[in-house]
Amino acid sequence: MAKTTMIKAINQALEEELKRDKNVLVFGEDVGQNGGVFRATDGLQAKVGKEQVFDTPLAESGIGGLALGLALTGFRPIPEIQFFGFVFEVMDEIAAQISRTHFRLGGTRKMPVTIRAPFGGGVHTPELHSDSLEGLVAQTPGLKVVIPSDPYDAKGLLIAAIRSDDPIVFLEHMKLYRSFKQEVPAEAYTVPLDKAAVKREGHDVTLITYGYMVHESLRAADELAKEGIEAEVVDLRTISPLDEETILASVKRTHRVVLVQEAQRQAGVNGQVAALIAEKGILELEAPIGRVDAPDTPYPFSEAEESWLPNKNDIVTKVKEIVNF
Amino acid sequence: MTLKIDFEALKTLSPAEIKPIQVLDEQGKVVAPELFPDLSDERLVELFKKMLWSRILDERSTKLNRQGRLGFFAPTAGEEASQIASEFAMQKEDFLLPAYRDVPQLVMHGLPLEKAFLWSRGHVLGNQYPDDLVALPPQIIIGAQYVQAAGVALGLKKKGSPNVAYTYTGDGGTSQGDFYEGINFAGAFQVPAIFVVQNNGYAISVPRTVQTAAKTLAQKGIAAGIPGLQVDGMDALAVYTVMSEARKYSAAGNGPVLIETLTYRFGPHTLSGDDPHRYRTANEENEWLQKDPLIRFRTYLDAKGLWSKEQEEDFTAQVNEEITEAMKKAEQAPKQKISEYLKNVFVETPQALEEQIAKFVAKEEE
Repeated sequence: MAKTTMIKAINQALEEELKRDKNVLVFGEDVGQNGGVFRATDGLQAKVGKEQVFDTPLAESGIGGLALGLALTGFRPIPEIQFFGFVFEVMDEIAAQISRTHFRLGGTRKMPVTIRAPFGGGVHTPELHSDSLEGLVAQTPGLKVVIPSDPYDAKGLLIAAIRSDDPIVFLEHMKLYRSFKQEVPAEAYTVPLDKAAVKREGHDVTLITYGYMVHESLRAADELAKEGIEAEVVDLRTISPLDEETILASVKRTHRVVLVQEAQRQAGVNGQVAALIAEKGILELEAPIGRVDAPDTPYPFSEAEESWLPNKNDIVTKVKEIVNF
Repeated sequence: MTLKIDFEALKTLSPAEIKPIQVLDEQGKVVAPELFPDLSDERLVELFKKMLWSRILDERSTKLNRQGRLGFFAPTAGEEASQIASEFAMQKEDFLLPAYRDVPQLVMHGLPLEKAFLWSRGHVLGNQYPDDLVALPPQIIIGAQYVQAAGVALGLKKKGSPNVAYTYTGDGGTSQGDFYEGINFAGAFQVPAIFVVQNNGYAISVPRTVQTAAKTLAQKGIAAGIPGLQVDGMDALAVYTVMSEARKYSAAGNGPVLIETLTYRFGPHTLSGDDPHRYRTANEENEWLQKDPLIRFRTYLDAKGLWSKEQEEDFTAQVNEEITEAMKKAEQAPKQKISEYLKNVFVETPQALEEQIAKFVAKEEE
């Protein structure tokens, strides 16, 4: 096994699936010769050809429609939305069309589409590039929404998504693309799409999180450990539908919970996780559910990102409050 | 390939030169013999019968809707040449992406009539299409089918299929971003797609002149680099010729075609409360009634001795019987189960939904 970054792991997953199945298609804006603005699709067109990896005109709804039509004719499309902040332009195709095709046709047709997009803040992009809009798609029945937090999961989840006959929105946090390396098998493997992962075990409190916040939570857990507080970190990985089993089992072990997301308080999936725990795990709790999230403003101008985004210290503070309740 | 229409020239035509193609005038006389379709007398009669079938279906659907036996219904009377003659030029394996008013084409394409009624009533069985029905259910979001048609057509091209994708929207649909994205994508990828704009003059109540300053909708194809042409949408023979020639051109690998049919709905936008008298004059409606596609085609066939009053009466009785039977079948459909709905959200049902499925199964067994 070699150590690799998340962006390389994603590139590997795409390459393997493109080579394994000629019906797998990668397309979007600048994904061809340019290899994508983050190089997620780097070299793929040269390796498998323009039939399978191709650029499209610059129009997100068109890209979504292309995906739907290609899936109906027997292909497994992997469209890229260049930045998830542009999703509004293709929201009808994703949330009203692709998500409900299987349902709408009474189960007689499949929609094996994997919509990839970078998202997430802290990298000083212009407006509408960094917004955490995962809550919008997580609230759409018929979509599975996947957010990996490390290279190993990214590769395994992406391969599972591509092979799945269901539509999947696969969101890649920009800050994680090249921030660290991890051992990743060279060959193809899958990570289940309906399972959260316990990324650190602990017995005092559960941090439930996803995406880049998994890392802030792990750092917070390290710091808390020095003070004798053992935090368990649950990485949701698939934020919709939620893995209720893993969430509730962890709450049962620790009896305290802090939910951490990068999205604004009213967005993301913390609200849904909190409701689940309140509904099915409330008697396990020895303190209120804690929440760490961003304030309810539109995504901030980039010089203010650092003070706007939730971080390790916010998590540590909230955990202490909950543990000492 | 010899074609009756020079599609290449239409890609760069000046908008001022766009004129509606007509084969049969309002008196049922052939005015453009060079564009007369390649149809035998038998097939001409068949085409007329399909149009008559559609008119009867419209009348009966209106009544069934008022009796509360049908749900959503968008009247089609007046648009038979545009809808039926265009469908008549296509093949069973061509991929149809209809809008909500295009139910007659869907049934002609192979959707059992009782399923069309089930769709209207709001039953999932109306959307469970047989494997060999190459079509999507009617699209509700205006223009969404245009970007999807580009995708289907790209899929057909990649597979080396001899078939085309064809889709319909109205004049209001051409104001949507998806209209432009769809025709532009199809042109950029040079895919076999035929985009039909059924210009009936109104997007519910908003007239075409308020939709756009463009003199024609056909000219919108020029900006996408695809041939755009206008046809008299009350003239079945012209619509058939244009559609079948476009199909030949597109299926041969020349890319998409945009067709604007000039037509009119005699009735309201839908039966859900629209009153066209709020936005149309009686004069205008009368003018269009004179252009009724059935009258002019019937006059032509009658003059050739191909159609008679007796034939029409027999056929009408037969269609009415067919509709009655289909409605009966639709009314016998089993009650829908929410547990089945839940199972059809995903192919691979995630564990999170299992509890909801179990809950509804238990409720449904009560």
